[in-house]
Amino acid sequence: MLLGSACADTGGENGLATAASCDHSGDQGDTIKVGVLQSLSGTMAISEVTVHNSQLLAIEQINEAGGVLGKQIEPIIEDGASDWPTFAEKAEKLLCSDRVATVFGGWTSASRKAMLPVFESKDGLLWYPVQYEGMEQSPNIFYTGATTNQQILPGMEYLKEQGKSEIFLVGSDYVFPRTANEEIKAYAAANDIEIVGEEYIPLGDQNVSTLVNKVVGTEPDAIFNTLNGDTNTAFFKEWKTKGISPDDVPIMSVSVEEEAVRAIGPEFLAGHLAAWNYYQTTDTPENAAFVEAYKAKYGDDTVTSDPMEAGYVSVNLWAMAVEKAGSTDKDSVREAAAGLEFAAPEGPVTVHGKTQHLFKTARIGLIGEDGQITQIDGSDGPIEPDPCLEDYEWAEEFREAQDPYPCA
Amino acid sequence: MEAFAGQLLSGLSIGSVLILIALGLTFTFGQMGVINMAHGEFIMAGAYTAYVLQNSLGQDISLLVAVPVAFAVAGTFGLILEMVLIRRLYGRPLDTLLVTWGVSLILQQLARDIFGAPNVQVRAPQWLGGSVTLAGAQIAISRMFIMALVVLCVVGIWLFLNRLPQGARMRAVMQNRQLASCSGLKTHGIDRMTFFIGSGLAGIAGVALTLIGSTGPALGTFYIVDAFLVVVVGGLGQVRGAIIAATALGLLNSFVEFSTGASIAKVVVFLAIAAFLQIRPQGMFVMRSRALT
Repeated sequence: MLLGSACADTGGENGLATAASCDHSGDQGDTIKVGVLQSLSGTMAISEVTVHNSQLLAIEQINEAGGVLGKQIEPIIEDGASDWPTFAEKAEKLLCSDRVATVFGGWTSASRKAMLPVFESKDGLLWYPVQYEGMEQSPNIFYTGATTNQQILPGMEYLKEQGKSEIFLVGSDYVFPRTANEEIKAYAAANDIEIVGEEYIPLGDQNVSTLVNKVVGTEPDAIFNTLNGDTNTAFFKEWKTKGISPDDVPIMSVSVEEEAVRAIGPEFLAGHLAAWNYYQTTDTPENAAFVEAYKAKYGDDTVTSDPMEAGYVSVNLWAMAVEKAGSTDKDSVREAAAGLEFAAPEGPVTVHGKTQHLFKTARIGLIGEDGQITQIDGSDGPIEPDPCLEDYEWAEEFREAQDPYPCA
Repeated sequence: MEAFAGQLLSGLSIGSVLILIALGLTFTFGQMGVINMAHGEFIMAGAYTAYVLQNSLGQDISLLVAVPVAFAVAGTFGLILEMVLIRRLYGRPLDTLLVTWGVSLILQQLARDIFGAPNVQVRAPQWLGGSVTLAGAQIAISRMFIMALVVLCVVGIWLFLNRLPQGARMRAVMQNRQLASCSGLKTHGIDRMTFFIGSGLAGIAGVALTLIGSTGPALGTFYIVDAFLVVVVGGLGQVRGAIIAATALGLLNSFVEFSTGASIAKVVVFLAIAAFLQIRPQGMFVMRSRALT
């Protein structure tokens, strides 16, 4: 076992190798170990379990087709428990004691921010499958969900096209909604849109009656919703009792996917809007195969969603990069991944080497009575990822306020 | 004016939920002195009872059936907990705290294993959908149902304590355990009954919470701290204290949140409670008794 020596060298003397790198080539003889780290419990479990499932589906399919480098992939499953320090702890465990080659995981930006220093100090590789607020670009992370200009901006552009000029921002109180709303406010200021209110509520809080009263009181003509987890259930239930039609005041959500629609109840959401890169209804042959395989494994009454698709794509891209590099070594995989193309269920995606994000197609969807989301608008093709909004003049002030600047 | 009425109703509605979750705790914590960290999981058990009944009875009547059934289910959980663990730990509050916290973790995991990690939804019956307008402010009918449930529970508890012989015995044990025991009351049996009722009320709170949000294994953890706060502010063992404290905290939370934000409101409420307890460490009301404890 040549592989054990690196860990022993770096942290050998007292066993406290907290800051030092540790061995994680993942190559354990006949199998290649990878980590799968999502919240299987707690307030985020409703969403994250589905991504966990799709990542395992991708691993299973690759193994059935012969694995990578002739070896089977062995998933090591951990539970982040909707608790950000737990994510950091489990990431370190996966890298240093399980010695996985890479980790697929995370949902909330808070969990990603908690894991980031671990992956940087241990020089590991994380595949993060969820849309997020942008303003981040770590060489240790591949971002396979949408960044700002592939989801939030198209969402705002759609509302603007519909003539919505008074928008209320509601979000959970953590990094994603707060940063996303800063970007939205910068966009609104440059586009004659008035932000009539901005409210945050702690993650997991179901006490939304005051929040809803405030929104109703300002009479917005649209709501931009960055709530995460269970709060969405309480919010949409309470909103419905106000009897305001979604035709008059649509709610544009960026964290409500098919699984959440099903859990909240389509009757509360029908007529409202969503912004993503993929829906179960997306019409590609790859998606038909993906939906069929997922239902075959997890049951006919399951649905597929954007983060699940991104999780599935992450595993496939990693496997392709490993094959191309001929090794699971992190730097070789990074190099091999740049420019990789994959026929994903959402359509073709390409890895942007510089930012380690994907070129993705933006899709605005309408939530239906049956719980499915159908595309009503979208970009013409995949959009180049721009996590720091460098191509947007109105974002200049916002960019300059970032210290340190993440995309230097 | 409309905004004021809206917040008043919202505050009363938050307060009514607080009353429901704290009412049971005024018995087990306030009167028996048991710090039961698993109280939140009894709330969760009540919520899942509503979910199970909905799946077998359909959503139109299941909620009404769920109220008494959840009372019995959560009460039975409490009874078992009292008989197996807590009765061995009377007078050892720290041990009770740790043991019941362990029980709460076990119950959460049990729920996760039985019902799965993702949250489940209890669909409100048709007749609870929509809202009515009061003084220019809208209030959901489901919220009014919760308030009615609170009134029903409070009246029921009052009648039990003041009109039934069992209630009189319960009060006797609460006020002076030794004297009650000397007078021939079987205090063990009465403790069990108190625990059954206190835990059962948590079950009813669980049913009410399904109307507001979703039901998950960790549901109780969001409410357990609030429940203890209400009991402490209201005064140990004081039903009327709990009612006033819950309403006051609900209104305070609602109005502060309206003028600031949800996170700030929580901070302000905590600060207000800390300040209040500096002035009245024993809470709003104090039980007077001649016991020599």
